[in-house]
Amino acid sequence: MSISVAIRHAFGGFTLDVAFQAEEGVTALFGRSGSGKTSVINVVAGLLGPQRGRVVVAGKVLLDTEQRICLPVHKRRIGYVFQEGRLFPHLSVRQNLAYGQRFAPRRATPETWGHVVSMLGIDTLLARRPSALSGGEKQRVSIGRALLSSPDMLLMDEPLAALDDARKTEILPFLNRLRDETKIPILYVSHSVAEVARIADSVVFLKDGKLVRTGRASDLLSDPDTAPALGLQEDAGAVLRGRILRHTDDGLSEIAFSGGTLILPARPEAIGSQIHIWIRARDVMLSLAPLGGVSALNILPATVLALRRGEGPGVMVQLQTGEARILSRITRRSAKNLGLKPGMQVYGVVKSVSVAKENVG
Amino acid sequence: MTLLDWLTPEDWQAVELSLRVSLWATLLSLPFGIAVAYALARTSFPGKQIVNGIVHLPLILPPVVTGYLLLLTFGQRGPVGGFLAHTFGLVLAFRWTGAALAAAIMAFPLMVRAIRLAIEAVDPRLEQAAGTLGASRWAVFFTITLPLILPGILTGAIMAFARAMGEFGATITFVSNIPGQTQTLPLAIYSLLQIPGSEGAALGLVAISVVIAMGALLLSELLSRIIAQKIAGT
Repeated sequence: MSISVAIRHAFGGFTLDVAFQAEEGVTALFGRSGSGKTSVINVVAGLLGPQRGRVVVAGKVLLDTEQRICLPVHKRRIGYVFQEGRLFPHLSVRQNLAYGQRFAPRRATPETWGHVVSMLGIDTLLARRPSALSGGEKQRVSIGRALLSSPDMLLMDEPLAALDDARKTEILPFLNRLRDETKIPILYVSHSVAEVARIADSVVFLKDGKLVRTGRASDLLSDPDTAPALGLQEDAGAVLRGRILRHTDDGLSEIAFSGGTLILPARPEAIGSQIHIWIRARDVMLSLAPLGGVSALNILPATVLALRRGEGPGVMVQLQTGEARILSRITRRSAKNLGLKPGMQVYGVVKSVSVAKENVG
Repeated sequence: MTLLDWLTPEDWQAVELSLRVSLWATLLSLPFGIAVAYALARTSFPGKQIVNGIVHLPLILPPVVTGYLLLLTFGQRGPVGGFLAHTFGLVLAFRWTGAALAAAIMAFPLMVRAIRLAIEAVDPRLEQAAGTLGASRWAVFFTITLPLILPGILTGAIMAFARAMGEFGATITFVSNIPGQTQTLPLAIYSLLQIPGSEGAALGLVAISVVIAMGALLLSELLSRIIAQKIAGT
């Protein structure tokens, strides 16, 4: 199931000019606030009519300004999870969820209901009113409501932005399950690299209403060229995909990835689960020899792929380890002292505890 | 001797007539009131300000003028009145039905105002969300907007009812002051005050007016609170 979006729309001195394709899985629309991310999904949902545009989802033309096709919102079958949940205050959680089902052409079966309710962990909330829910609970109900309308596609507009860190950590595992257990393509708006790294399969980068780059999340985030262009100096990092090997009794988890084994603080996921790990460039140290006598548990053999000098005293080093790419941000002086050049064999050193819990999932 | 003993059967007739006129005026104008309020609050169309002006006209025109305009339009020889009389046998002039029409028109602006405020207080983003879940505009209205504005509708209806109970000028101009037919409570009070020595009976009707008005107000407060609690689910 694929999505194709092309939009040209000028409003109030701002021009949105974007075209991209997305496949199954989670596609992150990523950019700073004001880059036009929300406008893009509003066009897909039909809440915003662009001057020119074409939107095709799963072979169905939702919008084509040239052929004068513009399906009304309620006929598009696009689930939308809003930033603020937007639960109906006069309905209970159960009724809110049922509202999603009510207008679906193919009624969700009792199994779907049970699956969605248990996947999102909202079975105990059904009798409550939205006013009696926490922010995270509201957002989970809102996701369930959208899913039960059996949409062809799901739009999520910064669903975590209104939540505090604790709530974010609470809800992210549900989003990962959503990604892994449903086949619905998801467009996920976010301005947080950590979120994108954890959730997205591919990324569409927007800046000032224009498309900057698009591609696989792991490739794009670990590209030393894109990082500074996106203003990611502090937040630059790379995504590794791995599988949980075992949980040790000293509170750690071992994760296999193409470059070896990574040791992280204990993960809640079961052995064998696939996870994304986001490693920030500034948390990766470089060494020319395999270090002994250090506390860091992860010493990954790697090859230098590229060095990119940014503004200031920093250098971004891209490393290849197995099939994965990671980034390391070090000072220009260190790069000079080590004599780093593309093709050199080095070791990337990552402290286990520097990989925060919310950066894995 | 209690206050109520002063009242003659004719006085009671006036009370019954007033309640009937006001009830019908309120119930029949309610769907229109909701429709006009929705159009004014949620849609934009050419001539919206003109519609808004016409709706509010009875509030600012002298009631006698409104009554006379009603007589010209809905009288037996008026364009609409003649049509209604010929086609449906429905005569409004000098009948209680005409009193109900006059009361409805005079109360309409108050009703629309209250309902419009309630609609404007509904977060349009909720209606948007319902749309993305597959609800058409009509379905959104009946499942989201209407339940959320029930307290406003109730307030509007009670205000309209109270205004209809007090209608005087337009009624006396349009349907005259016929005991048992068009003599509502205010008209009865006015007539009694014209007769020397009837101040006692007038006072009885005045007391009844006060009781009905207060009762309506308290009832609306109570119902609003119950509905608001139901909506909040507490």
